[in-house]
Amino acid sequence: MSFAPEGVWEPERLRQLISSDNYFRVLRFTFWQAALSTLFTLILALPGAYIFAHFNFPGKNMLQALMTVPFVLPTVVTAAAFRALLGSGGLVNSWLMTALDLSGPPIRIDQTVTFFLLAHIFYNYSLVLRIVAGYWSNLDPDIREAAGMLGASPWQTFKKITLPLLIPAIASAAVLVFIFCFTSFGVILILGGPGYATIEVEIYRQAVQFFNLPMAAALSLIQILINFLLMWLHARIGSKNRVSFFSTAIGGTPKKIKGFLQKSLLLTNLLFMVTLLLAPLSALLLRSFIGEHGFTLAYYSSLFTSHTRSVFFVPPINAVLNSIGFGLTAMCIAVILGLFASSYLASAKGRSAPFWDAVIMLPLATSAVTLGFGYIITLNTPPLNLRDSLALVPIAHGLVAFPFVVRCILPGIRQIPQSLREAATLLGSSPLQVWRRVDLPLASRPIMVGAIFAFSISMGEFGASSFVTRPHTPTMPVTIFRFLSQPGDLNYGQAMAMSTILMLVTASGFWLLGKITDNR
Amino acid sequence: MKIFPTFLGVALILLAVTTVLPVAKAEKTITLMSHDSFNISKEVIEIFEKENKVKVRFLKAGDAGAALIQAILSKKNPLADVFYGVDNSFMSRALDAEIFIPYASPLLNNIPDHLKLDKLNRLLPVDYGDVCLNYDKAWFQKQTLIPPKELSDLIKPEYKGLTVVENPAISSPGMAFLLATIGRFGENGYLNFWKELRENNVIVANGWEDAYYGHFTSASKGDRPIVVSYGSSPAAAVYYSEKPLSEAPTAAVISHGSTFRQIEFAGILKGTDKPELAKKLVDFMLDIPFQEDIPLQMFVYPANSKADLPELFTRHAVVAEKPVIVAPAAIEKNRNKWIEEWTNTVLR
Repeated sequence: MSFAPEGVWEPERLRQLISSDNYFRVLRFTFWQAALSTLFTLILALPGAYIFAHFNFPGKNMLQALMTVPFVLPTVVTAAAFRALLGSGGLVNSWLMTALDLSGPPIRIDQTVTFFLLAHIFYNYSLVLRIVAGYWSNLDPDIREAAGMLGASPWQTFKKITLPLLIPAIASAAVLVFIFCFTSFGVILILGGPGYATIEVEIYRQAVQFFNLPMAAALSLIQILINFLLMWLHARIGSKNRVSFFSTAIGGTPKKIKGFLQKSLLLTNLLFMVTLLLAPLSALLLRSFIGEHGFTLAYYSSLFTSHTRSVFFVPPINAVLNSIGFGLTAMCIAVILGLFASSYLASAKGRSAPFWDAVIMLPLATSAVTLGFGYIITLNTPPLNLRDSLALVPIAHGLVAFPFVVRCILPGIRQIPQSLREAATLLGSSPLQVWRRVDLPLASRPIMVGAIFAFSISMGEFGASSFVTRPHTPTMPVTIFRFLSQPGDLNYGQAMAMSTILMLVTASGFWLLGKITDNR
Repeated sequence: MKIFPTFLGVALILLAVTTVLPVAKAEKTITLMSHDSFNISKEVIEIFEKENKVKVRFLKAGDAGAALIQAILSKKNPLADVFYGVDNSFMSRALDAEIFIPYASPLLNNIPDHLKLDKLNRLLPVDYGDVCLNYDKAWFQKQTLIPPKELSDLIKPEYKGLTVVENPAISSPGMAFLLATIGRFGENGYLNFWKELRENNVIVANGWEDAYYGHFTSASKGDRPIVVSYGSSPAAAVYYSEKPLSEAPTAAVISHGSTFRQIEFAGILKGTDKPELAKKLVDFMLDIPFQEDIPLQMFVYPANSKADLPELFTRHAVVAEKPVIVAPAAIEKNRNKWIEEWTNTVLR
């Protein structure tokens, strides 16, 4: 539709697409960085997933909750966190400069590829860890023990048995990370600098700056097409690999840590997680308490007083409540849709299944600008005149979160042996009853993981900046952006304070959800 | 295991709440659509609401460019009655799309002519501000270096690695600064300036937030003492200071030919069903209470010359006597080309 915004087909506005090699370069770069980010995240997160799937240790739930926090942070805040840590005036550099007596900062990472790759890992680490760990802990330990008894070394067992069994979960996580990085906008722009343009950036530039909607539409179609092909491939592989070795003891039983080898493995991993994930977050925390003149609570106290008498001022507690309300609604929408979709996909056979599997991933692969403008064009007639309705926010968030939920749930549901369902049917259960009594309970852990990510996607408001918003109901990220849009150290401090509150609220939300799942 | 009913129940309740709440308070309303940076005091907007017994609804739709496009895309069934926030760099696009109806407000008499760019009064000037260089006073004092006085200082060797600018392809102050250089050095000379600026190690940041809070020495732990910002930014730095300040920590460079003036306009959207009320709202926006509220809410200057400036502005904020002028039509026509050339010169 946006190819002909005025009802006229204007091919000449698209000519640039073919005539300039610029777009090819952009495409190649986008692909390359997404692949690299996915690879690194997988390599780094798999050992962590092993630990989380197999061992119990003090503070596990808490650490898991904290690790999901990066997922909700606005890019500007993540950039601030990384700069506070690794920037030229950051903690590490100033420490190194005094320790080694250097005149200049030894680490110059700002506006480099390394910087945004690091940030992509930072964002996506917990995604891989949670999806893979959830699946891994459901694998039947008996197979591995059997392999061990038959004389296979632990490495052989892993390579020949565990890894192939894990493939569906790893592939699911990888596809998510890839698409996520492929459509990455803010992270690359801010941390990598403007020299690195992805397709997403080009779409925004064409649509907003040049008002060349046909070009923007063409680019977003290309983006969608590439992602679609990838997802379709993934779905085809996924639907063929339907071997299930399901543990009768749901979730297996996490073991206590023992022995030197396990202890050191755990320690190295924890150390890695702390440096990668928690260090930038604590740098942020520090910044919200330290002003020009040392320790201060001024930023927090000023959050609660309207400094500006602005008509849009809302107490921060309202922003917190708005965020939680939108988040919960979006989460429920996404989980319900996700459950239906995964149940359908898990039972669907034949050629159409991989196709639909790929189709449902599209909301995630569509650029935020395209989605936002699309809403304006399509939702403008009653009864669907939702363009400026408050309900658009949770619906839009839910739609973007929905593919995440499916990717989390689907491997779990496919893992359930068909024999269980057949047994239930033989015992007289209706299909609905089978679904409720067998599928739902057995997939409860993946459902919870999906729910957590749906919630956090809404809390972090991916790409929501290009939607029409009602300024009287700002969410936490919106208030953070408002502070950062005007000069002054108080504004900066308040933004950091608000980010800290955002981290706190999400971390405690995840922690609570984790508690609930564990206690059942 | 009652996951499913719980989720379904919660979803329905919350969805119902979010849909019903806004409808419940049905009363006469008028809608003002704007970009995200729009701001006004509660008391001021209440004056209008009481006088006309109407509730003003606000819609924000992203940055200046994105908000305008959403207004254009929805022109068959407009989202609002009045739109605020078209600036002179996007003015031609707005007028070409024919989404505004003319309104010769009587208050235009108090607005200086050089701000009235649309002779048909489809877009009426509300406020203006100068995009210019800001520098960190303390940094230059400590290094005993003379602060920059005009644009061409930036390419001197002693200023190597001191400047951060915004990417004109995605940031509106970035675009304004590019226009300043085009006005200052001419269409034939501006690329040369940028080439030398690149050689002098300029950092191009994504947007204003990133430039100011990510790289500027005075606002964060950045390493750039010169940033592209506004003439009123020093006043904002004083106003939003953690401890009261008697002097601004930053200063703006507004010498001849080194600033670009951004003028922001409001207009009545074609297709509104409340044209009379919309006219009243535009009048109100150009009148003294609203105009005098603008500086401390949005940190730009009121267009109405009868509006008094707050002391903070007279002491710490500045406007250029001779800002660079580039005609709106020329901007819309060449935007694509200029940005492309700039990108090729500075980023590739």
